[in-house]
Order: sequence, then C-alpha cells, then structure tokens
Amino acid sequence: MPDIATALPKPAMDAHPPTRLARLRYLEPSNLLWILLVLVLLFLVAVPIGKLLVVSFEKQGSGEFTFANYLTAYGRARYLDALVNSLILGTASALLSAVFAVPMAWAVSRTDVPGKGVIWGMVMGAFIIPPYLGAVGWILLAGPNSGVLNQAWRWVSGAETPIVNVYSFTGLAVVIALHSFPLIFIFVKAALDLISSEMEDAANILGAGTLTATRRVTLPLVWPSILGGIIVVFLETIALFGTPAMIGIPARINVVTTQLWQFFEYPVRVEVAAAYAMPLLLITVGIILAQKLLLARKGYVSQTGKGGERRQIRLGTWRWPVFAYCGFVGALAVVMPVAVLLQASFAKAWGRGLSWSNFTVDNYTYLLFRHEMALTSIWNTLWFSAAAATLAVVIAVLVAYIVARRLVPFGSALGFLAMAPFVIPGIVMAIGFYAAYAAPPLALYGTALIIILAFTARFLPIAFANSAAAMRAVHPEMEEASRILGGGRLLTIRRITAPLIQRSLLGGWLIVFIVASRELSSAVFLVGPRTRTMSVLLYDLSEAGNFEVLSAFGGLLLAITLVFVVIGMKLAGRDFMLRRN
Amino acid sequence: MPRLTLKGLGKAYGKVKVVDDVDLTLEEGEFVSLLGPSGCGKTTTLRMIAGFVEPTAGSISMNGAVLSSPGAVMPPEKRRMSMIFQSYAIWPNMTVAENVGFGLTLQKLSASEIKARVAKILEVVQMSHLADRYPAELSGGQQQRVALARAIVVQPAVLLLDEPLSNLDANLREEMRFEIRRLHEEFRVTTVYVTHDQSEAMATADRIAVMNGGRIEQVDAPHVIYTRPKTRFVAAFIGRTNLVEGQLDGEEVGLDGFALRLGQLHSVIPGSKRPILLSVRPQSMALHREKPLGRDGYPVLPVTVAQRTYLGESWDYVVRPEDSGLRLRVAAPPLQVHDVGDSVWLEIDPQQIAVVN
Repeated sequence: MPDIATALPKPAMDAHPPTRLARLRYLEPSNLLWILLVLVLLFLVAVPIGKLLVVSFEKQGSGEFTFANYLTAYGRARYLDALVNSLILGTASALLSAVFAVPMAWAVSRTDVPGKGVIWGMVMGAFIIPPYLGAVGWILLAGPNSGVLNQAWRWVSGAETPIVNVYSFTGLAVVIALHSFPLIFIFVKAALDLISSEMEDAANILGAGTLTATRRVTLPLVWPSILGGIIVVFLETIALFGTPAMIGIPARINVVTTQLWQFFEYPVRVEVAAAYAMPLLLITVGIILAQKLLLARKGYVSQTGKGGERRQIRLGTWRWPVFAYCGFVGALAVVMPVAVLLQASFAKAWGRGLSWSNFTVDNYTYLLFRHEMALTSIWNTLWFSAAAATLAVVIAVLVAYIVARRLVPFGSALGFLAMAPFVIPGIVMAIGFYAAYAAPPLALYGTALIIILAFTARFLPIAFANSAAAMRAVHPEMEEASRILGGGRLLTIRRITAPLIQRSLLGGWLIVFIVASRELSSAVFLVGPRTRTMSVLLYDLSEAGNFEVLSAFGGLLLAITLVFVVIGMKLAGRDFMLRRN
Repeated sequence: MPRLTLKGLGKAYGKVKVVDDVDLTLEEGEFVSLLGPSGCGKTTTLRMIAGFVEPTAGSISMNGAVLSSPGAVMPPEKRRMSMIFQSYAIWPNMTVAENVGFGLTLQKLSASEIKARVAKILEVVQMSHLADRYPAELSGGQQQRVALARAIVVQPAVLLLDEPLSNLDANLREEMRFEIRRLHEEFRVTTVYVTHDQSEAMATADRIAVMNGGRIEQVDAPHVIYTRPKTRFVAAFIGRTNLVEGQLDGEEVGLDGFALRLGQLHSVIPGSKRPILLSVRPQSMALHREKPLGRDGYPVLPVTVAQRTYLGESWDYVVRPEDSGLRLRVAAPPLQVHDVGDSVWLEIDPQQIAVVN
C-alpha cells in the first residue's frame, strides 16, 4: 500500500486554538435550514391559528378589542343547539362506528371467517369513498319520497309512509358512521394482530369458552385501541362539513360546521365564526391531550409485544352469520350507495330505475364537454392536491431528517409544529387561513395558493408521520458509512438516504394527494369562483338538486380517486392507506 | 511522527463526562484496540476520531494537524478515514460491487481503475463471486466481508472499527477475528478497533487500551495487559483472577494465612509499610495431592477444596488455605480430579503475581 501520509490533503487547520473563522468553515447549512423551516411552519400553522384567536376578539372593520363576537356567537339558542347537536352527533356516530368496526376487525384478525379479501375490500372501499359521496348515495337510497329503499318498501308492502328517512338525526349519524368505521377497524385490527393466541389459551385452560375468553381477555386488551378509534371518529365527525350540510340542512338539523358555513354567507362574519370555532378547537386539543396522558399512564404491554404464535379461532357454524354481518355493513357502506350512484349517473331520470330506455351517458358528456366548471374543477383538484402533497412531503421530510438526526438543538420543536395541525379541525384551519391571508396585505382570497397552503398545513401531520417512520427505518450508520468514505452531507442525502426512503415517501405523497383531492370542509371556505375543487363543485351541484348530474360527477371523482389508490397499492403495497401511524 | 494523537480528549453531556482526559498515540500502521465494558466511552471516543462527535475538551490530530477540538471539528468526509459499523451499514440499494466502489467514485477515480481495485479487494476478502448480488441476499458474515472490503479499498489514513463482530454468531466471530488481523498484516492500515470482547482485542490488536468510566486505565501489548495489569479494574476485566489484599512490610508481603518474599515477585515496588493489592491468576497456581518439593522460592501451602466446577477444558476449583479466610480460584487440567473437602497442596508461581493499584 502506498504511503498515505504523502497523499493526504494539506492539513485543514493549524494546530492552534480554533478561531472564529475556523468555526465558520465547518458550520453546517442545517442551522440555516432550521430557521427557514421554523418560519415556514409558523406561516403555515402558528399564524393562522394565532390570527383566528386574535380576530375572535376584534370588532369587524375597526379591529378594536371586543367580546361582542362571543356574545353574538353564543347569544342565540339556535347557535347553542348546534353545539349540542354536534356533540350528540359525534358521540352517536362514534359509537355506531365501533358497533360496525369491532366485530369486523375481530373476525378478520382472529377467526377463520370466509371471504376475508372481500371484507377487506369493502372496508378499503368505505375508507376511500369521500363521505359526502356516501351521503349522496344514501340520499338516493333513503330519501323519504323517491328513495330506492322506500319505493321498494311501498311496492312490497303497499304502505304509504317511508320505512327509512335519511333526512333525520338517525339517518345523519348512520351515514357518517358508515364512512368512519374503517378508522376504528384499522386501529382495532392492528392491536388484535399483536395479541398472541397464548393470551386466549391461558383463559381457555382455566375453563373459559371462546366467547368468554374473547369478551374477558381479548377485547379488554384492545380497549385502548377501540377507545382511540372512537375518539378519532368523534373528532372527525364534529369537524365534518359535507354530510351534515347535505343531509342536515334539508332536515333542519344544525351543527357547528353548518352554522360556521352560515356565518360565511354574505355578509361574511369571520370574527363571529372565529369565536364560534373555539369550542371545536378546544375540544379537539383537550381530548387528544387527555388521551395522551391516559395512555401514557396505563401499561397495556401486550399491545406492543409480538411473541407467541397466532392461531385463528374456528368459528364452525358461526362462520356464515359472522360473514353475513360483515357483508351487511359492507353493503350499507359501499355496495348499495355506489350502485345507486352509478345507476343514477347513467339514468335520464334516476327514479325510473334500471331500464334501457332510461340509460344515457349524457350526464357525463354534459359535465365533460358542456359544463362551465366541471373540467376546471377536475384540473384544479389534481394540481392543488399534487402541489400540496409535494409541499407537505418536502417540508415533512426535511423536518423528519433534522429531528431524526438531531442536527440542531430543539429540533423536536420543529416536529411538534409539524404535528400540531393534527389537533386542529380542518374547518377551523380554513377559517384561520381565511382570517390570516384572505385580506390584504397578502390578499390571497380566491387564489389557488391559499387552498394549496391550507391543504399543505392540514395534511402536514400525515406527511410528517410517514416521513418520520421512513427516516427511523434508515440506520444513521448508513449515512455515516458514506460520510467517512468522503461523502458530504448533501451528497449522502442524495446518494444514500433519498434512494432508501423514496418508496415510503411516495406512499406518503399519494396518501396526502388522495385525502387532499377529496377534501371539502376546508376547501369550501377558501375557494373562489375560479378555484373550485371537485369536492366543492359536487357540493354546489347537490344544492342545485340535479341528482343525475351530481351522481355522474361523483362517479368521476370516484374514478379519479380509484386510479390513484390503485397506483398507490401497486407502488407502496396493498394496505398503504390503512397502515396505522 | 505519530499517525494519530488524542490529547486530553473529553466529551461531556451536561455534567456527565462520557470520555474524560483520554491520551492515546498511534504509530503509523499500528493496530490499537479500545477495550472496555459497555458505557465506558470507547464508542464515543471512536466517533470523535471519526468526526461524528464534537469533543468538549482536548484535541485529536492526525500527522500533526488538529482534526477535532471543542468548537472546530473537521467533518468526517474530509478526514480520509474509513469505518466499519456495528450494523455493517451496507447500503441495500447497491450491489456488493457498488457498495465497495462507492468510496472510490467519491475520489473521482477512473471507472477502469475503480473496477480493477474493487475486483482486487473482493478477491482478497473472497467475495468475487458475489460482486453483483444485493446485500439482502448475503449472510451476516458475507455482509461483514463487504464492509471490510469497502473500508479498506479506499486506502484510508486510519481505519476505525466499531464492535464489528458483535452481530455474528460465535464460530463466524472467531473466523472474522483472524480475517481482520490477516488484512491488517497485508495492508498495515493504522487501525482503532472498539470492542467489549477481550478475546477479540487479544487476537487482533498490537496494543490494547482498556477503558473504564470514560478513562483509559492501561495501554499495553495484549500479553502485558494480561500478565501485568496495573489497576484493579484491568486485572478483573481481562481474564479471571484472584484479587488478594496484602500488607507490605519490609521484605515481606503478608497475606491472610501466609506470606511472600518481596524478592520473589516480578514487580519492583517501593518498600514502605502499607497495604497492597495482588492479582493472582488461576493459571499461576497448581494443586498437588502430595506436598511438592517446592521449586525455588515457590510458596506451597495446605488448602481445602471448597467448591469445584468442570468446564471441559479445565477444572475450576475454589480452595481455602488453612487458617485463612481467603478463597482462591485455581485452574487445573481435566485429569486432576479432587473432591470437595479434600486436603491438597497449593503451589503458587510468584513471578506471575501482579501488584495492582
């Protein structure tokens, strides 16, 4: 081997105490990046929420300090009723979701129920169908007069009155639950998957039957996951706009989100809306904090353990009843609403049922070639979502890198800011963005930028959780091995880290893209006449009441979503959207 | 000029000193092992040499130029070192040849030269036939060889190894130990090798630096570390030993139940009256059924067998000298069988006794 000492570069430093210049020479750019990221996160997260708080105490126009907004917001029984309605609706939908989800999760995870692939497909379907599309489906199914189910009932029984009415509190709760239960399913199945059969065997050997063991051992072990799922559904429900707007408003059921929407009708009273949004924000923050504290105290060790084999419980004669239950939920959530939606989208008049004389593709051609906004909204949706997903993933991966590699002191503060939107309901975030950036000096109202930024902020936690998991999977030594061989930090990121995480980042990008492309509750407050997204246009169409065109547009939205879900499954694995972060 | 010098090197996290006032000098081509229990600061020291950790005291210099001092650390990529990691850190997205050639591409060598050097080093580590495989298809030992090849092919100024064998099973570990030493004989790269396994350090290193609590306790050749431990920690950590307290008094060292003449010991110690600590290896004593004639100056004393364990390669006896509270471990060959309770004679080789601090 040649003498390396002669080949070595000139000593980079002399052997005396380091000067200020020497310190600068080795300063890494990460500190500058850190400052930049803090500014970006403040802009995306802290400023809108801060502005929301400030505005709620300001007099419209003058900006003087006042409590008047709060007095207005809580000064009428109708407004207070809406708050109570939201809480009851959230509770009802969450409990119903658990009733739908827990038996299915147990059946798929622990038993030999037939048709697991079908059940899985239906849960996935319920998850990717935008909730407001399910609502349209259920309006077609269970509208009191011409709903398919009620027509069938009248035809069978000869009765005059409808059997089901979607325009009711129960109807609203059920429709919401039918599109929220996959969240609980994911949580509970993940927990059940980790429980060793030995847990049940231990109960069996002491004399407990399958049912007793399940009830006394298995379910209590996954109780934190069930509760966690219920809480998430509750919070999603009280922040949900589309379904309550489409079903609740005709049924004269007012909830917080629809009331907020009314404050935004002309003349826009953003100050009152800000004050009225506070309970939503406080409840969400409070519940998530409480949940963290509770779960931190209780040690459900077996949730994280992996030891022991897992056997499927043999259901015997109960196999088909259990499958029937899963199929029933799947039919309500996916098969029936999608079928009626597709039927209506190809019908001249959807109430006339399936027949060749009723078949037309005119609804689609009208939307694609003659409607003034439909194509624009499709284009808007695609590029807003793509831009937001890209921004969110870029910010998230930079933050995740800095946090995971401890490049700067207080790096975890960045992670906290990136996760903060998780506790901010989308609709509150949107009002915050409106309050902060719609008016001059930025005057972003009606621009694409405000929607893209709001989507970015709203879905940053998804991107961050994904990126942080991806970064954790890359051992720091992978990077150090490159650096010691002569690769600088940037070269190492480009040649080593990026190739190792690109697949999971792509998965994260697609998730953000998909959820952004169907996002309604924050978009509806921020769109202008030229920046309508598909979800908002769909809501507009539902107000117009042309159900055939509405259904056709829903079909288009569904088709586009499906394309990206399939791409995601091909690239990032079958359950890339259903993984629990 | 020494290749690598650590001077007063220290690293503290808050008030906790992980590495404390470490001095170490490596000559060109020398192989030094940092040996110590987990948490003794050896890996932190290594990572400071590599430039991944900034010292809070002292300095590291190579060929006379300071690489690291508090507030000014030359980044790892500028040091022309290479390193082998505990996890191997073989990049799963590159083939074996791409992994090994990575450092050479960074040096902007021509493609043909990279190819030639990669081929040559893969031959040296007997991995030529797997050059186009991806790491996921390799066994642990093969990944280790890739890591070795990748680190050596760049002809580093200093090679650093961080517990490279701890993830291998026992047989493979022994094999790789000799492989590492063989490669060192062949290329003579200045090497720092961190391990908690003393037999690894013994088999590979020219000198061993035993670390404890962030400090270096002793730096010496392996056999010196074993036979002449300077501190209580080194004596107890390296091999097995009996630590016996004695009283130095004139020409004699008084022990519990018997005495040694100072002149018999190998170590020369100044003779004021004070307590001292002796390290007596189990291998430096022998058991006899009959009283031995006594080689010149070898102390012989009657003992009772208190406990015995058969270890396969040897017996491990615990014996108690008569009229003494001492318990001594003695190693005996497999055929020397004594029962518990037997009275036998113990012969001690005083030359092998070390006086420790």
